[in-house]
Amino acid sequence: MSEFLHMGGYAFYVWTSYGIAFAIMLFGIIKPLMQHKQQLRQLQLKRKRGLK
Amino acid sequence: MLPWLTALMLALLAYGLYGGLVLAPADYQQGDSFRIIYVHVPAAWMSMFIYMMMAVSGAIGLIWHIKLAEIVSICSAPIGASFTLLALITGSLWGKPMWGTWWVWDARLTSELILLFLYLGVIGLYNAIEDKRTASRSVAILALVGVVNIPIIHYSVEWWSSLHQGPTVTKFAKPSIHIDMLIPLLVMAVAFKVYYVIALLLRSRNELVQREQGGRWLDDILEEK
Repeated sequence: MSEFLHMGGYAFYVWTSYGIAFAIMLFGIIKPLMQHKQQLRQLQLKRKRGLK
Repeated sequence: MLPWLTALMLALLAYGLYGGLVLAPADYQQGDSFRIIYVHVPAAWMSMFIYMMMAVSGAIGLIWHIKLAEIVSICSAPIGASFTLLALITGSLWGKPMWGTWWVWDARLTSELILLFLYLGVIGLYNAIEDKRTASRSVAILALVGVVNIPIIHYSVEWWSSLHQGPTVTKFAKPSIHIDMLIPLLVMAVAFKVYYVIALLLRSRNELVQREQGGRWLDDILEEK
């Protein structure tokens, strides 16, 4: 296991690559999801104002 | 559809990562550092693939004025930009131990950097124009002009001698990469494609809602919630 993590001495380069890949791809999913929630909130608010 | 796609992507990612990080043997020259390939190469492929998707759907929007094509085009841009950035960063992290440098101004790296600027240009231009139909048309033209960069990226390692290694997969002859290394790479590439579809659907939904504010169907959906 520790040999696996060691990556033949290239641990820093290999795991940084994978870490950044994970972070960027996760961000690309979470950001639009949060945006969507915010959109719905705003639209609901607008609608309620419109109804009154 | 989204949960299914997500499950498919996670399964492919798990298989690809296991195959790439554990099963594949270490490279005889590069040792374990070559394992960066499993994020670097799929990301680089995606950076070009998404650019073509953006340009082609931009052209479709330009010619037939199809709203959905415009939305697919502009929503592809940030995803493509993130893959381009990822390809550049992982390439840099691979270049440091193998070439002894983070960066060289050679053809492959420079043309990929230009691709990033093209994406950023597309996003910037789109946001700068108030009317979204006009913005889509302008962006489509910019994207189409930038298509010239794609074959330059692809053939750059053959046209100019470079630190970057030559093609090892997309050769018409037998790929010069071992099968145990190749399979996880292709699986990762498919996983990244599925990821693109998921991210694109999420972004397109937002863009559609943004554009159709006050539309009837949107009101109906809000009513239900």
